[in-house]
Amino acid sequence: MTSENENKIIVTSSPHFHTSKTVRGIMADVIISLVPAIIASVVLFGYRSLLIEFVCVACCVLFEYISRLIMKRDVTVGDLSAVVTGILLALNMPVSIPLWMCVIGSFAAIVVAKQFFGGIGQNFVNPAITGRIVMLVSFSSAMTKWTAPLVWRTGVDAETTATPLSFLKHFTGDTSALPTLKEMFFGIRGGTIGETCAAALILGGIYLVARKIIKPVIPLCYIGTVAVIMLIAGKGSLTYVAYEILSGGLLLGAIFMATDYSTSPITTKGKIIYAVGCGIVTSVIRLFGNLPEGVSYSILLMNILVPHIESLTITKPFGTEKKKKEKKTEEAA
Amino acid sequence: MDRPDKILHAVKRPRGGVNAKHLKITREKPVVRITAPEKVVIPMSQHIGAPCVPTVKVGDHVDIGQLIGDSDKFVSAPVHASVSGKVTAIGDVKNCAGQTVQAVTIENDGLGTVWAGIEPPKVDTKEDLIKAVRASGLVGMGGAGFPTSVKLSYKPEQNVDTLIVNAAECEPYIAVDYRECVDNSWDVLSGVYDLVDILHLDRVIIATEDDKSDALGILKNIADKDNNSDKNVVRLMALKAKYPQGAEKLMIQSATGRQVPAGKLPADVGCVVMNVASVAFLARYLKTGKPLVSRNATVSGDDIKEPNNVRFPIGTSVRDLVNFCGGFEEEPGKLIVGGPMMGFSIYDEDIPMLKNNNAVLAFKKSSKLIKKETACIHCGRCADACPMSLIPTDLEKLAKKGDAKGLSENGIMTCMECGSCAYSCPAGQPLVQYMKLGKSIVKKAGAK
Repeated sequence: MTSENENKIIVTSSPHFHTSKTVRGIMADVIISLVPAIIASVVLFGYRSLLIEFVCVACCVLFEYISRLIMKRDVTVGDLSAVVTGILLALNMPVSIPLWMCVIGSFAAIVVAKQFFGGIGQNFVNPAITGRIVMLVSFSSAMTKWTAPLVWRTGVDAETTATPLSFLKHFTGDTSALPTLKEMFFGIRGGTIGETCAAALILGGIYLVARKIIKPVIPLCYIGTVAVIMLIAGKGSLTYVAYEILSGGLLLGAIFMATDYSTSPITTKGKIIYAVGCGIVTSVIRLFGNLPEGVSYSILLMNILVPHIESLTITKPFGTEKKKKEKKTEEAA
Repeated sequence: MDRPDKILHAVKRPRGGVNAKHLKITREKPVVRITAPEKVVIPMSQHIGAPCVPTVKVGDHVDIGQLIGDSDKFVSAPVHASVSGKVTAIGDVKNCAGQTVQAVTIENDGLGTVWAGIEPPKVDTKEDLIKAVRASGLVGMGGAGFPTSVKLSYKPEQNVDTLIVNAAECEPYIAVDYRECVDNSWDVLSGVYDLVDILHLDRVIIATEDDKSDALGILKNIADKDNNSDKNVVRLMALKAKYPQGAEKLMIQSATGRQVPAGKLPADVGCVVMNVASVAFLARYLKTGKPLVSRNATVSGDDIKEPNNVRFPIGTSVRDLVNFCGGFEEEPGKLIVGGPMMGFSIYDEDIPMLKNNNAVLAFKKSSKLIKKETACIHCGRCADACPMSLIPTDLEKLAKKGDAKGLSENGIMTCMECGSCAYSCPAGQPLVQYMKLGKSIVKKAGAK
């Protein structure tokens, strides 16, 4: 574009100034916010985590590139959104996952969930979550084979372990079979490579909020809803609530996946409804369902409801709000 | 009400907006008068409303302040000769918005003769004032160009009690309103008192952004000392320096807490909002009777050699203004009449500057003039930035579809095209362009 206009004066609609923020910059910030979780995944589950992350990112970018080419559209890999999808998908894998399955997951995420619907901004479900669910349904045993953390350092063959969530299903108040809360916070428990280390995820979340990439409303309402429901279900046991929040993929989902722009509502009111919905569905699946985990399904379900939430929570334009106290407040001046 | 010893703050802060850089590089430069150009082109339509019909013929001699165009329509404002000389042409020209308008071209004889018929108007009642304001050709000098006489013709049952003097000047670069407050503070205040006396207003709020509060300080000192201050009606208000604080409806909300209903005018909530330059002009006009034939504009941007604030005769071309300020550094990449947020980008330096044009900005080709457009990522930054609580990305989609019903239901007519949405868009979507398109779709559907 610039090459043809080099010697001409440019005429555009106002405004003539723009923010320096770009889509690529936003995605780069998301990638930076995921770095602590990536480091944690390597520390906890070994270098194979890095390999999984590399394969997922490479496949996502490649699939994005190829599908844009085939569909004869602008190649958009430069916006880094496929990299974000790749990292998030990888963080949702157990460390023992065969790599060819990662390729299929990446295909489902990028080609089916994202590019079939028009690419960035057009997808109505979160690509990484869709990829994960496709894998969870297709390869359920491989996807739920949990390796104990830190054992890779001992050189012993990987042993499998259960996730805290399966203990919590039949929680009696006895925490001896569970990791301590401190271990839970730093990720020393069974789970996917990216979901266990709460400290790293929260750090990333704080970075995103500080850089104004996300607003804290979705993570807080989502986690808050789960906490309230679990407090009732656990008959007031705060330990139980803490275990529930630190278990499974709740933090990863609430901070990084439920906040995806394309698949969450724009208005604050909409965000609250959406996040509370996610919290309720997650809790119901955890309490009553047969599934190992509810976070992915709840976000997917609420993604589908976003257009309806948006049409219900549209903001009232200036001057059409209810005329309340208008005449009163002025006299205060 | 307390005494004006302290500067007020907004009663109700507007939502949204953007923190654009101020870049008011000409802020400390007093206004200089341009050497009168060799010719001026004076369009017959420099305001919202009916265009004027020329009252002069080619070959006529006119003096400064002489009527050259008038209209018998209510919503209109007459135009006057801004230099003395001979009418050399009457024909169509393009204005900065790209519309074709009829214009009178006057060749300057260099004598600067002021028309003999100029005399101070006799103003005792509101009707006199409206008549005088109409004759002065005054339009809103802040940018919109709404005829001031129409603005003042509110009905008694509207109970107008508040005058808000808008000195916010929230657009980057522009500094002429600030200069008006600092250099002509007496004119501003005497204009205010004239309006209070004639319109029987309960209060006057002069509002500016808090980064220009030294201007408020100067006005406050005069207001405190002035004989008229026993009336105790003038209040000064500092708003947060955030674009678009100067938008009329937002200003009314900040100053009074009142919200102008969609599709209504400020008088409907008992307010009159006037730009500070308009108020100062009014004061001078009531003293001298000299109509609106010149105004101030900031000539700035990274491609202007000597950025300055310039007083110029109406109808001076952009080229003359730029040349007066040392010319361009290099061939410009973008030329803007008005501010960078709401101004018009032009392609022709011969476009004349009008009563409501407060700036000429020129930018180098190397400046980031265009943001590359990528797909909308539904991030909601446009909705967060919209002071009118609209969801611009939704409106954009509706405009692309041509859905007139959806557009009007979602409040497109409330949009004031402030540009906050497009400024904040990380994907560089030309949202304002689609807002304008959307409005025209709704208007067309309504006309059917």
